[in-house]
Amino acid sequence: MTSTAFDHVMTEFEPVIGLETHIELGTHTKMFCGCSTEFGGDPNTHVCPVCLGLPGSMPAVNRTAVESTIRMGLALSCSIAPWSRFARKNYFYPDMPKNYQISQYDEPLCINGFLDVTVITEDGPKVFRVEIERVHMEEDTGKLTHGGGAGRIHGATHSLVDYNRAGIPLIEVVTKPISGTGSLAPEVAKAYVAELRELMRALGVSDVRMEEGSLRCDVNVSLSRPGQSWGTRTETKNVNSLRSVERAVRTEMVRQAERLRNGDRIIQETRHFNEETGNTTSGRSKEQAEDYRYFPEPDLIPVAPSEEWVNELRTTLPEIPSVRRARLQQVWDISDFDMASVVNAGALDLIEQTIDSGVSEQAARKWWMGEFSRIANERGCDLVDLPVQPLDIRQVESLIASGDLTDKLARSVFEGVIAGEGSVAEVISLRELKVVSDDSSLIAAIDQALSDQPDIAEKIKSGKIQASGAIVGAVMKATKGQADAAKVRALLLEQLGVSE
Amino acid sequence: MNQKIHTMESDLVRQSAATLASAIRQGDVTSEQVTAAHLDRIEQVDPSVHAFLYVNREQSLKRAREVDRGIAEGNISSPLAGVPIALKDLLATKGVPTTCGSRILEGWRPPYNATIVERLEAAGVVSLGKTNMDEFAMGSSTEHSGYGPTRNPWDLERIPGGSGGGSAAALASFQAPLAIGTDTGGSIRQPAAVTGTVGVKPTYGGVSRYGIVALASSLDQAGPCARDVMDTALLHSIIAGHDPRDSTSINSPVPDVIQAAQSADVRGMKIGVIKQLQGEGFQRGVLEQFNAALDLLAGLGAEIIEVSCEHFQYALGAYYLILPSEASSNLARFDGMRFGIRRGDDGTNSVEQVMSATREAGFGAEVKRRIMLGTYALSSGYYDAYYGQAQKIRTLIKRDFESAFLHVDALVSPTAPTTAFKIGEKLDDPLAMYLNDIATIPVNLAGNCAMSLPIGLAPEDGLPVGLQIIAPAMADDRLYRVGSALEAALVDQWGGLLIEEVPAL
Ligand SMILES: [Zn+2]
Repeated sequence: MTSTAFDHVMTEFEPVIGLETHIELGTHTKMFCGCSTEFGGDPNTHVCPVCLGLPGSMPAVNRTAVESTIRMGLALSCSIAPWSRFARKNYFYPDMPKNYQISQYDEPLCINGFLDVTVITEDGPKVFRVEIERVHMEEDTGKLTHGGGAGRIHGATHSLVDYNRAGIPLIEVVTKPISGTGSLAPEVAKAYVAELRELMRALGVSDVRMEEGSLRCDVNVSLSRPGQSWGTRTETKNVNSLRSVERAVRTEMVRQAERLRNGDRIIQETRHFNEETGNTTSGRSKEQAEDYRYFPEPDLIPVAPSEEWVNELRTTLPEIPSVRRARLQQVWDISDFDMASVVNAGALDLIEQTIDSGVSEQAARKWWMGEFSRIANERGCDLVDLPVQPLDIRQVESLIASGDLTDKLARSVFEGVIAGEGSVAEVISLRELKVVSDDSSLIAAIDQALSDQPDIAEKIKSGKIQASGAIVGAVMKATKGQADAAKVRALLLEQLGVSE
Repeated sequence: MNQKIHTMESDLVRQSAATLASAIRQGDVTSEQVTAAHLDRIEQVDPSVHAFLYVNREQSLKRAREVDRGIAEGNISSPLAGVPIALKDLLATKGVPTTCGSRILEGWRPPYNATIVERLEAAGVVSLGKTNMDEFAMGSSTEHSGYGPTRNPWDLERIPGGSGGGSAAALASFQAPLAIGTDTGGSIRQPAAVTGTVGVKPTYGGVSRYGIVALASSLDQAGPCARDVMDTALLHSIIAGHDPRDSTSINSPVPDVIQAAQSADVRGMKIGVIKQLQGEGFQRGVLEQFNAALDLLAGLGAEIIEVSCEHFQYALGAYYLILPSEASSNLARFDGMRFGIRRGDDGTNSVEQVMSATREAGFGAEVKRRIMLGTYALSSGYYDAYYGQAQKIRTLIKRDFESAFLHVDALVSPTAPTTAFKIGEKLDDPLAMYLNDIATIPVNLAGNCAMSLPIGLAPEDGLPVGLQIIAPAMADDRLYRVGSALEAALVDQWGGLLIEEVPAL
């Protein structure tokens, strides 16, 4: 798809988008039983009568999941319902042990909040307030693997079910319709999901491992001509990465615009997102939509958080990520672009911790955004997963300040630390990475180099100072790079009685 | 009770659970002997009664020996230690077939025990096996069992009530001194009434539902069944109490039902007679015995007051919307994917077709009828008119009880409108069948507690009549106070329990 096609949408239409985001909570046990939520594990090993839906078994609510949901609601400035209920969503599918999902329907735990998200535009950062309709809890389903056919249930010769994931607690955050974003709709959608992820991480309610499928988005899009009522929407299901959220909104806007221009109507339907092509394809239309026959879950009593409990949880809220970013950006005095890079690299916490440990702001950013980002990139891991600690940086930085390490040596030290060769001190001694600052040993090395290369010595003496590079190089080599090159050069010139 | 116990089988099986437990405690008889006597009795009479779906003689005897050892070593001490029990087949029993009376669960052996089963095991109560029932507890006659009907020991041509007809018939034919039932709309009380035995539906949340296969979650309640009030109370005290695995279970102390059962005293109690639960539709002999029981209660010092519960007339309608709705969802899991039978899995059918074929083959007509009713009632566009309205009726019925209990301590009514009817008589008329539970259903809708106990035989057919006592939620002890007083007076009158009149098999 070309950007022209997208620009063309905007000449005629305005989008309204809406997002339903499902995120796995980071509780140790499942939503309604004591089974482990650990990712992986042999199929059907993290199961019990409850999450297998065996006849007679009954759910019991995980209090930590309720607590996480309330904290999330509070962080999104929602009202917390003093009384809310679980409901059963009934439909037959073999990944659902009970053939109903315990979710919340018309009585969710948190309602009416908002989340401010920032999108960088050519005119600078622009803030959009995304209104939140509700935040509720539900359980995940199992995982189907289809054999034989095209990896789909239709045409499969057989299907295998793994119920390890069944009953994992999910939080669902539903926005109200988001209008007025214009051409920024795809970016707003992406920024919203990114912000939601940051918020959950800051709250410690989930580490949001998107690569493990722990965040899934349903993206609603409709188009209308300016001044007219909102158009028919489509819902693109299971969009599982930030990039895909942006693409899904963009492709769907283009697709709908094309249809509307051709005089076709938009069918209210669910659509599937193809990660490879970025396109959406038709799923189930509203006309054939399932009737989920929701009704209050009679096996569970209502969730009725007391005011005291809610207030107590309110005191546990951390600084909201957007507020914190604004504060740090001001303190560090960096541009919107630099700040966005730091956030995108996942380096915000690390840089802040490094600064807190006594390293200068500039040095902290330099290491994390430079050398470490490069290594993380090479390794294909996150910065936070590198085995290097803020205190290591502090130690190395103070050795640089005292002249014991050069920048180049420091990089070598970290290379060793990250390679697992040991602590900063161990790597320095192992790799013999101390700056050689002892004049006499440097002079000895210079003398040696001069006698090895008498012709160069003569050239320098005759005033061709640029030739000194060869001698400095030899000395650096002899000292395994542990000398300060500038110092070697000064000593060399002094030795030969040449001045610049 | 203090008579010297004989170890002859015919004697052992006719004793009360309390008597047996006391004899076992004192070393007069072993749990193994008592259990063996009941297993012999089952072998002898159950071919004609068909109360049991599963009996494992060796397993039961092995357990009885363990309990004997436990008692001797002082590790097991409960008022019913060593006494055998029959379990309704709706209870999950680890490694033991659990069918819920349905073909769809044929061959399923649960990998876990219901909380009740755990509590009974801890108390040294020995399971004899699993009893017959209407499929998934849907019915009032046990004719809807996927494994054939149970017969009433008073007259083998008649139904033993339902859905817990197997449990009640086991008691009435002396195959077990104790049984567990479950009651969603009367499935403990109505079988008790028509078999001349005692059954209690505890307060909703009073006994854990964990491991009891759900029919209608908001109505289901397991409870004790026995041949007299005291045995019922002893069993009640063992199975009741909070269970964190059932979040609808009530976290407060269990009322002292044993002490209440010992009291046998209704002096000064105000007992309300529900106007709406007598008269039209009730068999003449049932009403005669009911009125005689009222006179007896008055004679014992209770004050009898008539109360009106205006909304009870809507109870049946509300019940038959709420129950099928919840059941349609609860029974969705029986799809052939994980347990029980599977049909159509020959490589040519889709998963939906396999699910459908399995349900078609596995469920009986009554279950299908209720699943369809419930699916319809919950459908978008109908929900408010059906499920929503039914919930409002439920609230009104609750209020009827609340205002009645402002004036009286307990309520009474006939348990069932008729005595046991003939097998097959109402099978083609679901509505007539549903009317059996007219007096018991309001209690389930409101969530309070009730007991049925035998008050005599209807003169016209010589079949047992039951009286229902209803008390407020968590006042289960009142059932036993009134029940024990009435039972004592009746025993005085008759010179023994009514059940002793049951014809020999
Ligand atoms: Zn589990």
